[in-house]
Amino acid sequence: MGEVIVITSGKGGVGKTTTTANLGTGLAALGNKVVLIDTDIGLRNLDVVMGLENRIVYDLVDVTQGHCRLRQALIKDKRFDGLFLLPAAQTKDKTAVSTDDMKKLCNELKEEFDYVLVDCPAGIEQGFKNAIAGAERALIVTTPEVSAVRDADRIVGLLEANGLRGPKLIINRIRPDMVKRGDMMNIEDMLDILAIELMGVVPEDEYIVVSTNKGEPAVLDMNSRAGQAYRNIAKRVTGEVVSLINLEYDEGLLNKLKRLLGL
Amino acid sequence: MIDFLKSVLGREAPSSKNMAKERLRLVLVHDRASVSPHLLENLKEDLIRVISNYMEIDQNALEVQLNREDDSVALVANIPIIKMKRTYQDAKV
Ligand SMILES: Nc1ncnc2c1ncn2[C@@H]1O[C@H](COP(=O)(O)OP(=O)(O)O)[C@@H](O)[C@H]1O
Ligand SMILES: [Mg+2]
Repeated sequence: MGEVIVITSGKGGVGKTTTTANLGTGLAALGNKVVLIDTDIGLRNLDVVMGLENRIVYDLVDVTQGHCRLRQALIKDKRFDGLFLLPAAQTKDKTAVSTDDMKKLCNELKEEFDYVLVDCPAGIEQGFKNAIAGAERALIVTTPEVSAVRDADRIVGLLEANGLRGPKLIINRIRPDMVKRGDMMNIEDMLDILAIELMGVVPEDEYIVVSTNKGEPAVLDMNSRAGQAYRNIAKRVTGEVVSLINLEYDEGLLNKLKRLLGL
Repeated sequence: MIDFLKSVLGREAPSSKNMAKERLRLVLVHDRASVSPHLLENLKEDLIRVISNYMEIDQNALEVQLNREDDSVALVANIPIIKMKRTYQDAKV
């Protein structure tokens, strides 16, 4: 029996879809059977981040409305045999799926998969309620900005009100240079404010844009620092203890020298 | 410590990260109270229980709210008193 994990944030554009794609691919690379569900109806994106947009035939709403069998709608990943995507519907409206539909779907999928990752849309309306309906664990993605942290705090409260306790935090797009000069909140600041446990820290990394251009998650690139962070997060999700690597905080040799010399 | 030294030496204006933290601290007091309306209701009930040890109060007219100032948030309670008790008595449970 697998686990259903929702990736949520409140605020849009903080990295939920990026995290779902990379964490899912990372878990599959570790040998797990993984399915990713895109619940962002009308704003489908996980398919392009995964590079699977040309293979879509059926979608989430086709499944919940009985137009096809669940198996038929699952798209197999190009790289891993154990990795699948259930894409969001692009044309139907958000009310096409109910929380009961999602519970049933998640229960069915976790019979077969080790991990069911649910990519949540922005906001706290029906799409959010659907995304969390079948989940037993939650990962909250935030960036080191006031608006994103505020929304993350609200999500912590709403998850708790819905019986989803102990969500863990992923801090995305941290910039060590800005943290260093006091112009960006650091990890401790955010953990202190939100009072939840940390799952991982992903640095700002140009390679995320490059990988999205190509449709190949950064987690597979051994040179990407964000990719390394996601490989660590994938291990932590499986229960392995992995300390925060220096890389996640690396300021670069040149800057370190400059700082030591007081320049 | 480093932050402290920097500010003493006046090398830097208050860092924008500290402004971010301070603003978040204040805004979250309100956000959390509104996400959980039960919280203020429970607080009201507890207040009534404790204060009733000392005085008789008008429970229906009791008001509890959060007031926001520039750099602080205060819990403001308006509790009409009907009668003072002469001595402290344990509240009946
Ligand atoms: N660590 C990162 N470094 C650089 N760019 C990032 C990073 N994480 C996300 N992005 C970019 O931010 C944008 C929003 O990310 P996305 O995952 O779509 O957010 P969400 O799903 O929360 O709306 C995308 O263009 C993505 O490429
Ligand atoms: Mg998204």
